[in-house]
Amino acid sequence: MIRLPANLDRKACAAFFVALFSLFLLVPGARSQDAAAVVDSIIQAVNPDSLPPELYPQAVTNVEVKDTPNDAGKSISISWEKSVDDYENGKVKVYRIYRSEIVDGQPSEYKEVGDIPAGLDEYSFQDGNTVDGLEYSYKVMAVNYLRENNITAWEAVSVTVPLGPIKSSAQWFDWRRINAFIGVILLSFFIVYYIQQAKSGKDLFIRKIAGMEAVDEAVGRATEMGKKIFYVPGLSDMDNMQTIASINILGRVAELSATYETYIDVPVCRSMVMITAKEVVKEAYSKAGRPDAFQEDQVHYLTDDQFGYAAGIDGMVVREKPATIFYMGTFYAESLILAETGNSIGAIQIAGTAMPSQLPFFVAACDYTLIGEELFAASAYLSKEPKLIGSVKGQDVGKGIMLAAIVIGIILETFNIWHFSRIFSVID
Amino acid sequence: MRREIPLIITGVVGVGFLIQYFIPHAPFSYMSDWFSDWFSIVGACAIVLGALNLLKISAQKAIKRKKDWVYSLVIIASFLLIVIVGLLEGKDFRVAGTNFDWLYNYMYIPLSATMFAILAFFVASASYRAFRARNFEATLLLVAAFFVMLGRVPVGDVISNFMPEGWRLSNLASWVMNYPQSAGQRAIMIGIGLGIVSTSLRVILGIERSHIGGGK
Repeated sequence: MIRLPANLDRKACAAFFVALFSLFLLVPGARSQDAAAVVDSIIQAVNPDSLPPELYPQAVTNVEVKDTPNDAGKSISISWEKSVDDYENGKVKVYRIYRSEIVDGQPSEYKEVGDIPAGLDEYSFQDGNTVDGLEYSYKVMAVNYLRENNITAWEAVSVTVPLGPIKSSAQWFDWRRINAFIGVILLSFFIVYYIQQAKSGKDLFIRKIAGMEAVDEAVGRATEMGKKIFYVPGLSDMDNMQTIASINILGRVAELSATYETYIDVPVCRSMVMITAKEVVKEAYSKAGRPDAFQEDQVHYLTDDQFGYAAGIDGMVVREKPATIFYMGTFYAESLILAETGNSIGAIQIAGTAMPSQLPFFVAACDYTLIGEELFAASAYLSKEPKLIGSVKGQDVGKGIMLAAIVIGIILETFNIWHFSRIFSVID
Repeated sequence: MRREIPLIITGVVGVGFLIQYFIPHAPFSYMSDWFSDWFSIVGACAIVLGALNLLKISAQKAIKRKKDWVYSLVIIASFLLIVIVGLLEGKDFRVAGTNFDWLYNYMYIPLSATMFAILAFFVASASYRAFRARNFEATLLLVAAFFVMLGRVPVGDVISNFMPEGWRLSNLASWVMNYPQSAGQRAIMIGIGLGIVSTSLRVILGIERSHIGGGK
C-alpha cells in the first residue's frame, strides 16, 4: 500500500505542478495535450490536497474523435495512444471516457460514457449512444487509484483537453463492403448478359447434373411400381434460399408426376412452406392438364419440431414404402435418419442441400446428391428454359473468375504478397 | 394480376434487401429488422393453418378408418393434450413444476432424444456402405476416415506414441480436417454462395417463377 507523506500541503503540491508545468514549457514538443492534462489532473483528483505528484499518470496522447465511419449513425469513435505510464503494475489502471453535449457553443457537464481497463496495446472506444446532429465534446482520463475492500482510497487522474466539437451521422454507403458490391455487380452483369444471349437464341452448354438426369427415371419407376413419390422440402422456412430452390424444383417434379399420374406426397414442417408448396403443386397439376387429380392433402403439415418431423416422415416411409424420395432443401442432423430409412425400404433417393456438413450423409445414403450449387441450378436445369439456363451459365462464369482469383491468390501468398487476398476480405 | 403483384413485391423487396446491405443510412438500416418482424408475424399467423391442416387430415383419416388410422388418433390425442394442458396452465406454462413442464421434460425431450440417438446406428450402417473399398476414391475415403476417427480418440495417440511429436495420429487427424477437408468444404461454399446470388437474381428479376406457381 502506498502511504502518503503527512507533511504534504496544498501549496507544496501547487508549487510542484507549477514547476513541472514550466519544465514542459521548456521542452520542445512536450506541450499541447500532455501539459493541459497535468493541469487538469489537479482538479480531477479525488483528494487533491494530499496526493503526491508521482501518483499521477501521464495523460494519453494522439487522441482522435471522429464520427464512426460506415455506420447507421448514433455513434462516435474515440481512439488514443496509451499513456507512458501504462505498463504492467504501472500508474494507469483504467481509462475513462467522458462526454459533454455542446449547447450554444459551450460544453455542458462532462459525464462518463464508458471505461477501458489498462494493459492493451491499442485503445479505441465507440460511444454508441449519441444523437445524430448534436455536437459533443469528449475527454479521455487516465486513472490511477487504490482500492481496498471495494472502497476507493484515492484516485489520481490525468485528463486530456476537451476534444471536439463532433457530430455523429449516418453514412450513405458502407465502404468496407465495396468489394462485395463490385462482386455482385460483376456477377449480375454476367448473369444478365448470358440471359440475353439465351433469349437471342444462342445455344448455351451446361454440364449434365446426374441427379437431375435421374428425375425422369425416378418418377417413372414410381409410376411403374404404382407407388407414391415423397418430396421432403427440408427444415427451413420460406426466408431461406434453399427452401425457395427446393420449391422451384418441386414445381417441376410435381408437373412430371402429374403427367405420369403418380401421387406425390409433400410432408412439410413449416406452415408457410405448406401454403406455398400447395399452390405450386396445384399449379403444376393444372399445367400438366390434370387439375382434377390434385388433392388438398397432398401437401400437408407435420410439425415444426426437427426430430418430430423426422419421426413423422420415417413412419410414413416405413408404412407406405414410396418408390422415390426427394430430399431438397435445408437439413441438419435428421438428414441421415431420413436417408437411411429411405434406403432401408429400397426407394430411389435424390437429395440436394447446401448444408456442407450434411452432404456426406446424403452421398452415403442416397442414389444421387445435388451438391451445393447444383441445388440452385436444378430448377433451371429441369425447366430447360433458355433464360434460366442463361443465368446458370452466368453463375458458372462467376465461378471461373473465383477459381482464377484463388489460383492467383495461392501463387501470390506463396511469395509473401498479401495485398491481393485482402481484396476478398468481407465483413458480416 | 395474380402473378404480377407477387412478382412486383418480390422484386421491390429483393432490391431493397440488396441495397440495405450496402447502405447503412435510414430507412435502409431498419429494413432488415422490419422484414424480419413481418416475417415472424406472418409465420406466427400461418402456424394456425399448419396446426389446423394436421388436425383436419388426421381427423379425416381416423373418421374414414383409412389405413393406419390409429396413428392419426395418437396425433390428435397428443395435440389436444399438450394444447389443453398449456392453456390451463396460463402464461406460466413453462415454469418448472407445472403439468406442461412435466409433459415437456418427461415426454417431449425423451422422444426427441430417442430420435437423435437412432442416428448413431444409422451412422454405422451408412459408414459401412460408404467405406467399402470398391475403387480408388472409396479406398482413399476409408483410409482418411480410419485415421481421422482414430486420431480423434485418446487411444490414437497411445498407439502412435512411438512417433515424433507432431506426427502422431491426433496431428494427422487435425491436418486432414484443417487442410484437405477445409479446402473441399470451402470450394462447396463458394459454389453455394454463387448459386444463392444467381437464384436470388432470377427471383428478383422475375425470371424464376416456379415458387409462385408460374414459369414455363
